[in-house]
Amino acid sequence: MTDTPFVIAGRTFKSRLIVGTGKYSSHAVMAQAHAASGAEMVTVAVRRVNISDRSKESLLDYIDERIFLLPNTAGCYTADDAIRTARLGREAGLSDWVKLEVIGDERTLFPDNEALIEATRVLVKDGFIVLPYTNDDPIACRKLEDAGASAVMPLGAPIGSGLGIQNANNIRIIREFSKVPVIVDAGVGTASDAALAMELGADGVLMNTAIAGAEQPVAMAEAMKHAVIAGRLAYLSGRIPKKMYATASSPLQGVVGT
Amino acid sequence: MTITLNGERFELERPMSVTALLTQLDIDPRRVAIEHNLNIIKRQTYPDVLIGDGDTLEIVNFVGGG
Repeated sequence: MTDTPFVIAGRTFKSRLIVGTGKYSSHAVMAQAHAASGAEMVTVAVRRVNISDRSKESLLDYIDERIFLLPNTAGCYTADDAIRTARLGREAGLSDWVKLEVIGDERTLFPDNEALIEATRVLVKDGFIVLPYTNDDPIACRKLEDAGASAVMPLGAPIGSGLGIQNANNIRIIREFSKVPVIVDAGVGTASDAALAMELGADGVLMNTAIAGAEQPVAMAEAMKHAVIAGRLAYLSGRIPKKMYATASSPLQGVVGT
Repeated sequence: MTITLNGERFELERPMSVTALLTQLDIDPRRVAIEHNLNIIKRQTYPDVLIGDGDTLEIVNFVGGG
């Protein structure tokens, strides 16, 4: 069965799994996990260089050069900060792409959609390819698309929570309404969560903690690779409907003793 | 002379170019982005941009993140 290609802003990806670079026990483990995941795009954060401590290894030395870097604006609570960070990320990196985050609350890390939509508009006008991290609100996703976002990235559950897909029907609705790719980003905990996201019709899944925080990150990365492939294939295969009662799989006639 | 570097007061002996400062700090210019007085400056201008007394500098790079 052939699938339609996974294309974001004119760029084709063979893998529908996007992973992060944060929270790994070491850069070496991160590199192995990336390889096991098959991901072709990874997120990175933009932070001040540590002037006093120059001993830390450079993250970039451990990211395969064929992998596409997607800078994020994590930690930004206003549109201005996110715009500023996005611009710095563009200058430090090799592309116009940005995973745009404008956070509304410290405990939940839920997005401030109002500021996010405004920042999307500004950055799109400034030539950025914007992939905004948002929540499972189909109206917010529509507004982000109208503002020029190249994809929408609704969360499954709070960042790092591992709760999985909290509102499956909303993710399904977002996919139905959107003309741009839908990437479920945040909250994935284990392989079945990623598979479910894909079964709901998501075009891709983005995760960090689910892999980096697993006891065996490299094995989990491989599990996630299979989960995304399995979920996508299941989605394309047209699943059976859900029924309230049983329908036998074996013939009803010819049973011995009847 | 004093500048603000990544949010902290930083002492410089004399005005110098961004390139000279990066060399002094042992920072690879290819892996950073720099804001000089709130303006993002392009890498090719690092040798020409002069850092003076009271200037504010932000030097950022990519780190791990989700």
